[in-house]
Amino acid sequence: MTFLRLEGLTKRFDGTVAVDGLSLAIERGEMLALLGPSGSGKTTTLRLLAGFETPDAGRVWVEDEDVTAVEPVARRFGMVFQHYALFPHLDVGANVAFGLESLRIRGGELDQRVARALALVDLAGFERRRIAQLSGGQQQRVALARALAPEPRVLLLDEPLSNLDPSLRERTRGEIRELIRRVGITTVLVTHEQDEAFDLGDRVAVLQGGRLEQVGSPEDLYATPANPFVAEFVGRSSRIAVTVLGPTERGVRVSLEGVEWELTDGASPQGAVPPQGEALMVVRPEALRLMAPAPGAVAGTVAERRFTGAASLFTVATDGGARLEVTGPPRSVRPGDRVGIMPSRRSGGGIHLFPSGDR
Amino acid sequence: MTGGRRAALLEVGLLVLLLWLIVYPLVLVLVEGFRGADGWTVDFVRQFLERGNEGQALWGSLWISLATVVLAGAIGIPLAFLFSRYDFPGRRIVGGLVALPAVLPPLVGVLAFLFLYGESGFVSLLIQRLFQLDTPPWRLQGPGAILLVHAYSMYVYFYLFTRAGLASLDASVFEAAASLGAGRWRTLRRVVLPLLMPALTGGALLTFMTALASFSAPYIFGGGFRVMTTQIVATRLNGDDQLAMIETVSLTLIALVALWLLRGTAAFESAAGGRKGVAPALVPVKRPAVRLIVGVLGWGLALLLLLPHLTLLLVSFVPAGTWTTEPLPPAYTWRNYLTLIEDPVRARPLLNSLWLASAATMAAVGIAVAAGVLSVRRRARFGRTIEGLLALPWAVPGTVFAIALATAFSVHAPLAGRFILVGTLWLLPLAYLVRNLPITSRSVLAGFRALDLSLDEAAATLGAGRWRTLRRVTLPLLRPAIVAGASLAFVTAFGDFVTSIMLYTYDTRPISLEILSSLRQSDVGVAAAYGVVLMAISAAVFTLGADRGGTG
Repeated sequence: MTFLRLEGLTKRFDGTVAVDGLSLAIERGEMLALLGPSGSGKTTTLRLLAGFETPDAGRVWVEDEDVTAVEPVARRFGMVFQHYALFPHLDVGANVAFGLESLRIRGGELDQRVARALALVDLAGFERRRIAQLSGGQQQRVALARALAPEPRVLLLDEPLSNLDPSLRERTRGEIRELIRRVGITTVLVTHEQDEAFDLGDRVAVLQGGRLEQVGSPEDLYATPANPFVAEFVGRSSRIAVTVLGPTERGVRVSLEGVEWELTDGASPQGAVPPQGEALMVVRPEALRLMAPAPGAVAGTVAERRFTGAASLFTVATDGGARLEVTGPPRSVRPGDRVGIMPSRRSGGGIHLFPSGDR
Repeated sequence: MTGGRRAALLEVGLLVLLLWLIVYPLVLVLVEGFRGADGWTVDFVRQFLERGNEGQALWGSLWISLATVVLAGAIGIPLAFLFSRYDFPGRRIVGGLVALPAVLPPLVGVLAFLFLYGESGFVSLLIQRLFQLDTPPWRLQGPGAILLVHAYSMYVYFYLFTRAGLASLDASVFEAAASLGAGRWRTLRRVVLPLLMPALTGGALLTFMTALASFSAPYIFGGGFRVMTTQIVATRLNGDDQLAMIETVSLTLIALVALWLLRGTAAFESAAGGRKGVAPALVPVKRPAVRLIVGVLGWGLALLLLLPHLTLLLVSFVPAGTWTTEPLPPAYTWRNYLTLIEDPVRARPLLNSLWLASAATMAAVGIAVAAGVLSVRRRARFGRTIEGLLALPWAVPGTVFAIALATAFSVHAPLAGRFILVGTLWLLPLAYLVRNLPITSRSVLAGFRALDLSLDEAAATLGAGRWRTLRRVTLPLLRPAIVAGASLAFVTAFGDFVTSIMLYTYDTRPISLEILSSLRQSDVGVAAAYGVVLMAISAAVFTLGADRGGTG
């Protein structure tokens, strides 16, 4: 059942369109991650949801209430800010109590609810601490407790992990996910990190240039990207121009840089790929393999090697002028070596064909 | 939205108030200067140009101000380097004392110099006796005397600006220069001085404007030497009101031209806003002989700077008419202070100055906060205009504003926004308010800018309305900025002489006027006692502001 609905939201700043006709439906209790590069409109979307910005067009619905014009004060959306925005002159307890006081909660009940909110984020007994005495992770939990204490209808998180040490991020991510599940609150979070979006979001909405590129579960986005942008933004991949020669029994035949490949099980032509003619191939590094130069393989020179642990990531400059990323055994080749590239035997959904006009 | 409408109403209200208080009186001065008995005229401009002493006064103002900048820079900049870069015994204490002239209100400083270096001053008598001269060694009069007082009271601007500039330099800048093979002099010339330029131009501009507007020193020590500020007051006393208007306009023009010449430089942004880094480490002075020399110089300097304050204190304990030619007073008494307390007529100016300065400061803070909310928070359409208006009185000498307000509010024409305030209680606090606006709003607006906007948004998502957000979040966080701005404004208004002398009434006579009249009645002890009280209260408020303001 849809709880929060964005309907054709559009926001312009001085003539540039920040959010462009965005529509999304979010289930009750769902966590939706807005993922996109900077300038994609994800933060503006969050601010439109919070009520800090008024859309030029479109509406925001909570169940069947139109909240588009409701002031942030009255909207009852909780928010955790990127830099937490804790009130530095108030102690932890007073910060958490701030939203409860707006609801005219006083006395014993106030203390109780503050204590409960702090216990929820594992900071029981921290009421009288000063904000400056807390670590970054603790500050973030206070911000969460403060946002959740007045029991808002929706929780908004703005880049919740960007302010933490990289070493802390993974653990905190787990804690946040577990906490929000427990509270069961409908949540929208903004991030530019794919890991974060995939880990925290039940569904992920990929934005670019203010438009929704695709929304779906992390698995969907990875396995069936709707367009080259999503394919490249979600996970690593490189692109190369191909000519589709036609379908075969087991897949499709393409020609690229003077060789012909038959793409089988893995290759999934998307949307309006013509049965013949120009197309764009977007391919994940693990869907390709390196070999000695050979007929039938795309020829190129290793330009770069990056060691990533179990395998290395090689960038190959093809003779036709493309750059392809390929995973391979760590020491198999070195920069400067001549190599050939073929689809790996188990390309496992890592190759996608798009109409060549697609971005 | 009602919130939006209320903000728009507040914005228009504030804009009208500022235009009415600041721009309108200045425009009226301009208009009156060009209006004779039968319509528009340039007669007064012609008079102004034809009279030789007008040109003298204009030229006097200009060169005194420029010379003050040179002198103040020559004292203030090396001092700032000394105290910022080198460590020696007593550095902290002496470094603090060096800023002392700042707490000396202009008239009190002049008074102290009179007691020290005047014809029958402490130092003059000492030298006369030492060398057995028949007459005092010098006369404290003319441009030399004015420059002496100016240099003493205004090097502080250069000192503070340079220290702030040096403190904002990152130590890594010096290290980088050293690692690139630059010696001490090359580092200074190529790296440090260019980085300090904004601070130095800021100090120079402030010094120039203050010297241009300076009234107390030329008024007391000028003798036959003319500057524009004293000329305006004299012309006005002569009853040549329109000529005074033209003089006022010309002084304002000089100030505005100076401002315009420096507008492109970063002088407006005080150096205190520089990037933060690791402050350069102090260079300890190790060689014992050098340590001794630096220490003695430092403490000697401090004594020299403290001498006016000490003299004032000393004189305030001298019974009337007992100290004539002795190097030290023969008798001491509490009498002068008791007079201030016991005699209701003499206690009145102290109370007057207190309430006038407090009221003006509070009103200025209120206006500054409203401007901050509108301009910084709500990014109101006329935000920039409002900020510009608030800064404007800074560029206009106090004498000019005194004339302008006296002109605007001497006529009863409610439809034209003019009321008779001359001769009432209200003109003086109004003048103080106008003069306080730049100081308070500068500090308060900077405070607003430093606040994280998301704190307001956080309060909103937590259901706090605008009023509660202002009261619970914004104002508490702004407190250091408000206290700093307010204390500075209070001290300025409390010691004001230049606007007071033109606008006071018997019921609002402030301390500075009482000092002047005590001095005229040769009641030197009481004048000094007033000076000490003024100085002590100013210093206390100043310290409060620096303490509270610093923790933000």
